[in-house]
Amino acid sequence: MSHTSHTEAHGAGAAHADSHPPQSFFHKYLWSTDHKVIAMQYLFTGMAMALVGAFMAYVFRMQLAFPGMSVPGFGVVSPGEYNAMITNHGSIMIFWVAMPVLIAGFGNYLIPLMCGCDDMVFPRVNRLSYQLFFLSVLVLIASLFVQGGGFGGAWTAYPPLSSVAKYNLTPWGSLLWIIAVALEFVAFLLGGINFITTAMNSRAPGMKAFDVPIVVWMIVVASLLFMASVGPLIAGAVMLIFDQTLHTGFFDPARGGDPVLWQHLFWFFGHPEVYVVLLPAMGIVAEIMTVFARKKLFAYRMVIYSVIATGVLSFFVWAHHQFIAGIDPRMANIFTVTTLLISIPIAELCFVYIATLYGGSIRLTTPMLWALAFVAEFLIGGVTGIYLGASGADIFFHDTYFVVAHFHYTFFPIAIIAVFAGITFWFPKMFGRYMNETWGKVHFWGTIIPFNLIFIPMFLLGMAGEHRRIYDYTHFPDLALPELQAMRILATVALLVMLAFQLVFLVNFVLSLMRGARASKNPWNANTLEWTAESPPPHGNWAELPNCYRGPYEYSVPGRELDYWPQDEKA
Amino acid sequence: MNIPTGRLAVWWVLVSEIVIFGGLLASYLMNRLTHADWADQAAHTNTWIGAFNTLVLLTSSLSAVLAHQAAEKGDGPKAARLLWLTVLGGATFLVVKSFEWTHEIREGFTITSSGFWSYYYTAAGLHAFHVLCGMILMIWVASTAAKNQELHRVENIGIYWHFVDIVWIFLFPLLYIAK
Ligand code: HEM
Ligand SMILES: [Cu+2]
Repeated sequence: MSHTSHTEAHGAGAAHADSHPPQSFFHKYLWSTDHKVIAMQYLFTGMAMALVGAFMAYVFRMQLAFPGMSVPGFGVVSPGEYNAMITNHGSIMIFWVAMPVLIAGFGNYLIPLMCGCDDMVFPRVNRLSYQLFFLSVLVLIASLFVQGGGFGGAWTAYPPLSSVAKYNLTPWGSLLWIIAVALEFVAFLLGGINFITTAMNSRAPGMKAFDVPIVVWMIVVASLLFMASVGPLIAGAVMLIFDQTLHTGFFDPARGGDPVLWQHLFWFFGHPEVYVVLLPAMGIVAEIMTVFARKKLFAYRMVIYSVIATGVLSFFVWAHHQFIAGIDPRMANIFTVTTLLISIPIAELCFVYIATLYGGSIRLTTPMLWALAFVAEFLIGGVTGIYLGASGADIFFHDTYFVVAHFHYTFFPIAIIAVFAGITFWFPKMFGRYMNETWGKVHFWGTIIPFNLIFIPMFLLGMAGEHRRIYDYTHFPDLALPELQAMRILATVALLVMLAFQLVFLVNFVLSLMRGARASKNPWNANTLEWTAESPPPHGNWAELPNCYRGPYEYSVPGRELDYWPQDEKA
Repeated sequence: MNIPTGRLAVWWVLVSEIVIFGGLLASYLMNRLTHADWADQAAHTNTWIGAFNTLVLLTSSLSAVLAHQAAEKGDGPKAARLLWLTVLGGATFLVVKSFEWTHEIREGFTITSSGFWSYYYTAAGLHAFHVLCGMILMIWVASTAAKNQELHRVENIGIYWHFVDIVWIFLFPLLYIAK
């Protein structure tokens, strides 16, 4: 099938170009079915949401460092507002930044270009996916401004706090929040079906499964994981909505329900979800590392097998979030074992990347710096996960700032570092111009150094027993010690510095977009098919769709004059 | 890959649907096993109506299969007629269901009556919603098939319809027969 449907649908050469006539502004940018435009819509919406999420972090970090102060640009933070901020910060960063940018943004952009076809197999479903996503953004934003304020029950939305208005005091905020999350899930299900079927059925002639670039594999496996794990939570969301609006008692113990059931439904999705966002980030990093080490990716097939193993295992670790939620201690033992097991394939991926670097001729471009930083920082996140996975240690660490630091050392590399790596790497392809390298590096260091200064103190605070989700630590004499407060202030100041450096990126982005140096088709001398299209690729991607003759990572092949070997070059 | 793209996509849709219903039914089962009293509540459901509706859905699946056969032979109008018959089956199912629910609510068994009834209305309601969506899609497929266009869609909507049918095959014993 792979190629037949393709040629039937689009023909080749001239006929192919004809099927993509010029369009009006509205049809080109707002109502487009072109995968690249949809990718940009997802990317820019995600980046805008990242600003919203960052603003929230700024507000609540200010409150933590200087309790009761009037935060510039916001005002005095009430307890309810504080809860709404931390809840929506977390929800936004995971569901409205990491997911749209990494999976939907990069997935939409890269899958057709790297597989060598002209668009997704269902372009209109793709457009619908973005429209539903955009609707979910509007609902979420609205939830912050309704009567009672935004939902404050944490991104995990544990009942009965999330299900009974008497407890959460946000009758409308809670409802709109869960509706927004549910809409967002449907949008990504539609998108995921497109990604999987496109990668299965629309590859360039000659491209076998093991010729597909790692990042495409990763996005496809991530889409599968999402699809297979989110179902119970969709059912859970319906049940939660009924609890909130019809006053059923699925999760409310006062009505005979079971609040731990929600925790199972949530984490059965929630843990695979961390791999859903991790895998695309890992894929982006793999592409960049091979290109800038001028070396073949180490153990390509092994990477794919480990990723599949991770995917399967990720369905059997969820209860490590519930060690102290009253689960059977024997069950805790089992989940400790599975959790420690899953860190093996993930560690292996890190080793693979290091092995890829070994002996390569490394070029420290901005994207490469980001890719290297990804591995270094993510390692800290992964290693601290092992502490938390051991149920004995987790009894102490659970719900402290140690956990907060752990998952930021995983999520920040994923949602921020890998995204900057990807944007700086594919910028020339996306917009036909180079980004400024010097300012890119300034931005890199201005982000990485403060990032560590924000979160290392949190590890220490967590070990000192600082519980998370507390509005004002001066109310707790044990935690109001001056040395602890000093660490809170350090974290907040580092955050301010980091946020300030993001301006460098924004300015660099916009200026490069307008007057960066023109980029050729293949500015980094890379192999994968997207680099054989024009920069930026036109609607339809290629005048004549490419063929594929080899795997994606043939760099520095002995006996070849060039140190790269594009996938579409005839042998 | 040798699976046509449309059919492949339908299978992936079903994968995600299976886990939605799977999560809901697993939650129900876990609760049911620890709540002996739910059996008494279940005694108030009407097995005969449930059985009748099972029969209706199975018959409608049969006409969906026949529609697929007709589409394979290239007979679009015949496929469309058979799809309309399937839609009729779906409509019958929903009408019967609404009478059944009206009766139960009159008797005082509402979605908040107990854990059992919460699951009963949620699971059957989610299923009924799928029946409705399937009917709408089927009307759309039938109207293009009648013009002998996009005949491959007849098979795809059929696959979806069989899935909706199979979900009911699980719901019927779990909600009606087990008392
Ligand atoms: C490498 C192996 C990993 C292990 C062994 C691990 C283990 C754990 C454990 C046991 C917890 C629960 C701690 C508690 O609440 O007491 C936890 C929390 C968390 N982990 Fe990891 N983790 C790993 C990787 C990751 C990755 C890759 C991500 C994200 C991409 C991630 C994101 C999170 C988040 C968000 C939480 C906190 C959830 C919350 O309560 O809000 N973890 N981790
Ligand atoms: Cu987890």
